[in-house]
Amino acid sequence: MIEFLFDYETLRVIWWILLGVLLIGFAATDGFDMGVGALLPFVAKTDAERRVAINTIGPVWEGNQVWFILGGGAIFAAWPALYAMSFSGFYLAMFLVLLALIMRPVAFKYRSKRPDPAWRTRWDWALFVGSAVPALIFGVAVGNTLKGVPFHFTPDLRPIYEGSLFGLLNPLALYCGLVSLAMLVTHGAAWLTFKAEGSVADRARAVGARSAIVTAVLFAGGSVLVSLGLLGGYRVTSPIVWDGPSNPLVKTVVADGGAWLANFHAHPLLWIVPGLGVAAPLLAAAGFQARLEGWTFIASKLGVAMIIATVGLAMFPILLPSSSNPGHSLAVFDASSSRATLRNMLIATAIFMPLILAYTAWVYSVLWGKVGEKSIEKAGSSAY
Amino acid sequence: MSDFLLVDLSRLQFALTALYHFLFVPLTLGLSILIAMMETVYVMTRRTIWRDMTKFWGVLFGINFALGVATGITMEFQFGMNWAYYSHYVGDVFGAPLAIEGLMAFFLEATFVGLFFFGWDRLSPRAHMIVTWLMALGTNFSALWILIANGWMQNPVGSAFNPDTLRMEVTDFVAVIFNPVAQAKFVHTVSAGYVCAATFVLGVSAWYLLRGRHVELAKRSFVIASAFGVASALSVIVLGDESGYALTDNQKMKLAAIEAMWETEPAPASFTAFGIPSQSDRQTHYAIHIPWVMGIIGTRSFDKQIAGIDELVAHAEARIRNGIVAYDALEKIKADRNDTAARAVFDASSKDLGHALLLKRYLPDPRQASEQQIKDAAWSTVPYVPLLFFGFRLMVACGFALLALFAVSLWHTTRETEAPRWLFRAALIAMPLPWIAIEVGWFVAEFGRQPWIIDGVLPTFLATSELGVSDLLLTIAGFTLVYGVLAVIEVRLMLAAIRKGPEIAKVIDDLRPNADPAMQPAE
Repeated sequence: MIEFLFDYETLRVIWWILLGVLLIGFAATDGFDMGVGALLPFVAKTDAERRVAINTIGPVWEGNQVWFILGGGAIFAAWPALYAMSFSGFYLAMFLVLLALIMRPVAFKYRSKRPDPAWRTRWDWALFVGSAVPALIFGVAVGNTLKGVPFHFTPDLRPIYEGSLFGLLNPLALYCGLVSLAMLVTHGAAWLTFKAEGSVADRARAVGARSAIVTAVLFAGGSVLVSLGLLGGYRVTSPIVWDGPSNPLVKTVVADGGAWLANFHAHPLLWIVPGLGVAAPLLAAAGFQARLEGWTFIASKLGVAMIIATVGLAMFPILLPSSSNPGHSLAVFDASSSRATLRNMLIATAIFMPLILAYTAWVYSVLWGKVGEKSIEKAGSSAY
Repeated sequence: MSDFLLVDLSRLQFALTALYHFLFVPLTLGLSILIAMMETVYVMTRRTIWRDMTKFWGVLFGINFALGVATGITMEFQFGMNWAYYSHYVGDVFGAPLAIEGLMAFFLEATFVGLFFFGWDRLSPRAHMIVTWLMALGTNFSALWILIANGWMQNPVGSAFNPDTLRMEVTDFVAVIFNPVAQAKFVHTVSAGYVCAATFVLGVSAWYLLRGRHVELAKRSFVIASAFGVASALSVIVLGDESGYALTDNQKMKLAAIEAMWETEPAPASFTAFGIPSQSDRQTHYAIHIPWVMGIIGTRSFDKQIAGIDELVAHAEARIRNGIVAYDALEKIKADRNDTAARAVFDASSKDLGHALLLKRYLPDPRQASEQQIKDAAWSTVPYVPLLFFGFRLMVACGFALLALFAVSLWHTTRETEAPRWLFRAALIAMPLPWIAIEVGWFVAEFGRQPWIIDGVLPTFLATSELGVSDLLLTIAGFTLVYGVLAVIEVRLMLAAIRKGPEIAKVIDDLRPNADPAMQPAE
């Protein structure tokens, strides 16, 4: 069993799954923080209401954000060519995300330090922009990943990106950005109805019931775009060597509009995943109406997971297709680290991930319960 | 590839973001331990003054921590953004410690920091103390893994170039973890963080004592900071990372540059206390030597020699010539993967491949290099000596000044009489010193590594992304602007919190009986 786990081929597939787990972990946890930030001006009008919304995520956003940092580190370690190509290629988009994410921790911490309303309004804006912009751009990045981006490698494997920031902001990619924004807004609304009291929860419930339906419709629409071949499609045409050296220059790939559906046609059971990507947000919408807060949050989380998983399953084994030199696309079998590194990292993950999940669960349980306006007024300047 | 403006801008951006990040990290490292110690005293004695101290210093910790986290986000991603070839070339080795840092350390730190601030009323004092220690532990583990990654850049053990994937790959991860350079750097850097926090607490306490405010809190903080400071400053100085400088050619070169030691001297070498090193004359003018000291510090012996710059340049030249052989073999393997003869040649010479890449500064194909270009490339392994020479001395001077301050402070706290006011003033004036020492220390360590990004493996000028100069200018301007604004806000909030004093933390206690258990006060 252990021997099999440590085959190069198995390790690569495991790390492809773990890449998905990390992205889902990030979207399912930090995703609701971003959703709350993006909803802040809409669900909370007075300072007291804003503090309720902010304090629902106050103690946990920091830990949640580590999923993002860990995602960066894990892609660096397990998929170095992907790390190098995507972040240098999406350079200015990534710069915008970083600026937005830099504002967030500071806004959380510094907003409450002065009572001045102008000061607080400024930080509310920082929180809103710092949450909504990344939520949108992450979707735009996924859209471009599906469509393929223009890049190639030199014979020394130096990554060369051929596009521009404005090339990334194309209508179809922006559509994917809207899917992502709607999905995370729904997730944030689900968290607020679960955790907040009073008017904040009521408004979040109203927004969430609508945005959940928007999410389901937009995601279903995205699937139509994929099946029309408008959101890319690439197929590996040379024989795949699953345990070969990680060199993306030795295979051939062609652009093929229907290719993103090939895995689903080959394994019809996989249709369950995009099916749940539509059904789970609809369940969440029903949950908002029925005031089943816990279930709504679980349904929203399931929707987030299934929507992200759908993208991964559609593209497997490709990770980042090149639209200008399809043969240079990065794939699971030729963009990974060495076998030794994948194995070392798997051992580290097997040790630390259960610990992380255990203490995170404990922290959430300590913080269990609703956050309301009265309690924050009582707490005075000591809460966020 | 040879766009040196792009390389310089990429380096400038990394230096700016790293130096800025490193304004906040050392204080986080040390203050987390100090507040955990204060809280431990509270749990053991149950005297509320110690809890007030924990909360008050916790507020200042929080203001500082937010910016440490915010600027750390940039660090994790800019390798891929600005250093794409580097990321491809060494990600297999360098990425793993970064990822493990997230798994083992940053998750621990970030998950428990929320509970530290919001958990006072939800946890028993003992459980809260454990949370504080876990947060401090996470912070310090974080430094361990980052310095394992950085240590590998200085001394790339446990790895080899793979001609099939055209990158460095790990061969012995245990060697990467237990890299002696990494371990020395970890102890040195973490101790420097403790010195930083001790100076901060000492200075703020001294300010209160000078004004006669919050005397109970300030006196105790002064005592704990001076004791912690003496131990940490001794650790920084005694366990300075010079001990790792005898290991590789580049580390030796860094040591020789720091000491402006142009020629190899008979052991034990003398220490140049002062002088004016000249890069163009290749000698140090007006040097004042202290016999033996350098040999003893550098080699921990009386009989081992320390190599001078001239000798190391000659050594580099030989490695460049061997590297050209490796480069030639690699090109043959790229043309025909089954060329076993070329593979045999490559295996024998691959450790010098990086030295051949130094020639790419002058021409695309190192095999065509002229004699003069080989000599120039060998000389290019010498970092700019005067900056390292003076930078190192500035750092050491700050370190000894702080050790003296802590020692005098500790001595006074053991006496019955009040400590003199000049001591408090000195503590206040000394507050910038650890930051100066730490930033300069970073500069000496990383600028001293040049021209390499990975010692002997990859030159810095080859490691960047293929970006436009305008992209770099835009992001440098953006980061500078945002970081500048945040720095002003941070310092203002810090000063306001210090001026207000422990009352900001006390609000929580007054409200406790009525507090709704669902809503936890932060700070």
